[in-house]
Amino acid sequence: MISSLNQKLLRDLWGIKGQVAAITLVMAAGIAIFIIMFGVLDSLKLTRDTYYERYQFADVFASLKRAPEAVKSRIDEIPGVSISQSRVVFGVTLQMESLSEPATGKIISLPDSSPTLLNKLYLREGRMLFPNEENAILADESFVKAHNLSLGDDLTVVMNGYRRTLKIIGVVLSPEYVYSIAPGALMPDSKRFGVFWMSRRSLEAAVNMKGAFNDISIKTERNASIEGVLTKIDSILKPYGGLISFARKDQLSNFFVANELKQLQGMGALAPVIFLSVAAFLINVVMSRQIATQREQIGMLKAVGYTNKEVSLHYLKMVLAITFFGSVIGLALGAWMGSGMTKMYTEFFHFPILKYSFSLEVMILAVFSCTLAAVIGTLFAIKNAAKLPPAEAMRPESPAAFKKSLLERIGLHQYLSFTSRIIIRQVDRRPIRTLMSSIGMAFALSILIFSFFMEDSMDYLMDVQYTMTQREDVNIGFVESKSAIALEEIKTISGVLMVEPIRDVPVYFKHNHFKKRGSITGLVNKPTLRRVIDDQLKSVSMPSEGIALNTTLANILQLKVGDVVEVEVLEEKRQTLKIPVSVITQEFIGLGAFMDIVKLNYILDSSPRITGASLLVDQNHSAQLYKELKAIPAIISLNITSVLRQIFEDIMAENLLKMMATNVMFASFISFGIIYNTARITLSERSRELASLRVLGLTRGEVAYILFGELGLITLLSLPIGIFLGYGMSVGMTESMDSELFRIPVYLKNSTYGYAVLIVLLSAMVSFYLVWRQVDNIDLVSAQKGVE
Amino acid sequence: MLFKTETLTKAYVTGETEIHALRGITTEIPSGELVVMLGPSGSGKSTFLNIIGGLDQPTSGKVFFKGNDLANFNNRELTYYRREHVGFVFQAYNLVPSLTALENVSLVTEISPDPMDPLKALAIVGLKERANHFPSQMSGGEQQRVAIARALAKRPEVLLCDEPTGALDSETGIVVLNALLKVNEEFGTTTIIITHNAAIAELAHRVIHFADGLIHQVQINNKRKAPEQIDW
Repeated sequence: MISSLNQKLLRDLWGIKGQVAAITLVMAAGIAIFIIMFGVLDSLKLTRDTYYERYQFADVFASLKRAPEAVKSRIDEIPGVSISQSRVVFGVTLQMESLSEPATGKIISLPDSSPTLLNKLYLREGRMLFPNEENAILADESFVKAHNLSLGDDLTVVMNGYRRTLKIIGVVLSPEYVYSIAPGALMPDSKRFGVFWMSRRSLEAAVNMKGAFNDISIKTERNASIEGVLTKIDSILKPYGGLISFARKDQLSNFFVANELKQLQGMGALAPVIFLSVAAFLINVVMSRQIATQREQIGMLKAVGYTNKEVSLHYLKMVLAITFFGSVIGLALGAWMGSGMTKMYTEFFHFPILKYSFSLEVMILAVFSCTLAAVIGTLFAIKNAAKLPPAEAMRPESPAAFKKSLLERIGLHQYLSFTSRIIIRQVDRRPIRTLMSSIGMAFALSILIFSFFMEDSMDYLMDVQYTMTQREDVNIGFVESKSAIALEEIKTISGVLMVEPIRDVPVYFKHNHFKKRGSITGLVNKPTLRRVIDDQLKSVSMPSEGIALNTTLANILQLKVGDVVEVEVLEEKRQTLKIPVSVITQEFIGLGAFMDIVKLNYILDSSPRITGASLLVDQNHSAQLYKELKAIPAIISLNITSVLRQIFEDIMAENLLKMMATNVMFASFISFGIIYNTARITLSERSRELASLRVLGLTRGEVAYILFGELGLITLLSLPIGIFLGYGMSVGMTESMDSELFRIPVYLKNSTYGYAVLIVLLSAMVSFYLVWRQVDNIDLVSAQKGVE
Repeated sequence: MLFKTETLTKAYVTGETEIHALRGITTEIPSGELVVMLGPSGSGKSTFLNIIGGLDQPTSGKVFFKGNDLANFNNRELTYYRREHVGFVFQAYNLVPSLTALENVSLVTEISPDPMDPLKALAIVGLKERANHFPSQMSGGEQQRVAIARALAKRPEVLLCDEPTGALDSETGIVVLNALLKVNEEFGTTTIIITHNAAIAELAHRVIHFADGLIHQVQINNKRKAPEQIDW
């Protein structure tokens, strides 16, 4: 048998069902986002970690020119090394008929006489290699998919200058190439870059590496000092042309995965907090007003002997009931959408397994934080209600003290109709309440802006990247550095309109205890194709002295103009240089360090050399041009700017923007919920007064004017506040999402503000309409009854 | 004696002025009587009723209910005093609009130690048939009778009524007064009624006249009339 007080609870909830629905929606959205973000993140992290562990992803990686196999045993002796696997890794160009431009790839050896110990492969299709099997390869799944290849297909590669045909006998996934990113590229491109595995003996024979290796992966012991291991490896491999060894966190594919997760997390952490705060705010507004309208009932309950605790509990139950509805819907929605999202991301990351984790903890945390926010949001109002002395509570509230509004005091009242004066005084009498309503609506606007901003910022980022800095049509890279004379040969290829040289030198940057692996790019003094820009988006000439660093790199190394950066060159003479920082440049993508190519050659004490070139191309001759470039074996990489941009956009669309679309959907729900709620509350506060005015002979239009005039003012006031809040949230978001791969600029188009404002105004109009239908239904007679 | 007060005072501070609502009231109310309190607005009757009902605390003086000084009760003790011993009937009925007549009565019986069946309480005030109606579906007189049923359903020792007929016409007022008389006679519940209407005093055993925060006069009425006989 349900108690009368609980009966009252249920009926009261039903009585404000519109508002309950609105809050439920907001809460459900908050919880759903929370569950989705944390659930997806947890699942992805778990999936990644399980994948890495099961397939023995190495902890340390090193590559070198060439070392006899015996050197491996010296590495095994380093304290902290538990397993090592030496390999031969070789860059190849691929002759893909479906592509006009050349594609490149990497062939990695698999041991013949022993099982693979590290970076094991997951066989998706076909079979693994037999020992010493010739002319057979395993191919990475993303490349196979990108080219619609199937088992048994032949692949023509140029390897060490020779053309060879290899048969695909298996399709695999590797923890080392979750993303297959070409050397020097910033984004994965599975169409133009492929990873393949081959029998070690066959590969050794093909590339003259018999009894030697040029790459090694290491698994360390659990408590080993990675730094110590790296130092020892470097000293062992240095005589063999070893590049600086690096830990798993700097491994390209893993680094990319970690960055993606970091961005998701940045977005995932902030959105639920904002949504839940808005829900808490909303429930506070509704509960305070609900309690205000039940003032006399509270007095009666206390008069007949209900304790403060019982009264508080009654209203607390109301909050909990609303939270309960919100939680149930939110959990269901979150679990459903979250599982879909996780699946989507698992495919996006090419994880062979899916570890789906909707931990109970996440759900409990979501419901708990939501409930906590709601209870804290209402505690004050409830406490006040319980404190009210019963005798006082039962007396109707004394008529509100009105005074002439500011506008009237300064003499503007003569221009105002009496209905306008009612509106102005209403707002003027309760400035705090008006402000709170405005802030509520401002929240609605701000979460819309916040949800839209990512797309704007990404567009801006790409515009800057691909129309202001990377203005070349094509850039090419050579297998190894070439004499600058090669530039002249490229110029002669038909269709090439302009060429600028590039020299990339792999280095280790150091400043105090900060260090970062990267490269210095040498450019002509005043580049017109591959440009460098400052924060005013102006083109920067290469400094006559010193080096130009982009903001991301300068921040990592804690460098500013005038500081000196220590540079350890990782090739040829392996000098250690000290170079002054002369310019900080603006670049959103990647790490960048630039020097005048002539100066660079000079300080490296080398003849004029280039590692690549930027090309401006006659689009009418591009097909012929690509064909000729494809035939040059020295070219190891070729990037077409328009393709890069497309890839970037695709990755964004697939990843971040989908998450954003979810946010926009929920933000729209929430906006509508808040606005409807504000309108509904204003009506309930005014209904008696409005009915009286109707009785006195005011038309429906005039009454509507009073009600919506006030709402209109609240809405108008909310717009600047909302824009301000939305911008602030966007800044907070970009800061939490900054990564080494790219920095997201805070950029909002005016049209985005306009769009968000439009949604708010539309929501307001729909809400006003719904409320207006209730004004129409005010029973003039019964509305008067309660008036003493 | 059910109630006994000694130099009871109550002062309110509103803004900068101090209002002395009660200026030292010493009086006694015996058990089982129907008492009517008369006096102009601001004479202190409501304040007195609120204090003996445990809704308010005196500024000074003593107020005994069966020998216990309510002035020494803390908030919680006052709540339980109201819950177990006092029934209230207010001028504005103060029913919960979202509950039916029966549920409004149950609201009180559910927290009382020895309540009667809520339906029986409604039967006493003649509203058994209206048990499932909401306040908005009832007339003012009916609503006030629901309020009386709510007050008597807990079998209180005292029924405190502040202007119970103030918002009613004479015909409805008579029905309500009859209900109060019935409770007083059948259950022996001490019933204290505040009113502006001097005619109602003719129903009472005892009439207390208030003026300026003091008791002006106490009349013992030997010739009680029935509600139908009084002249509104």
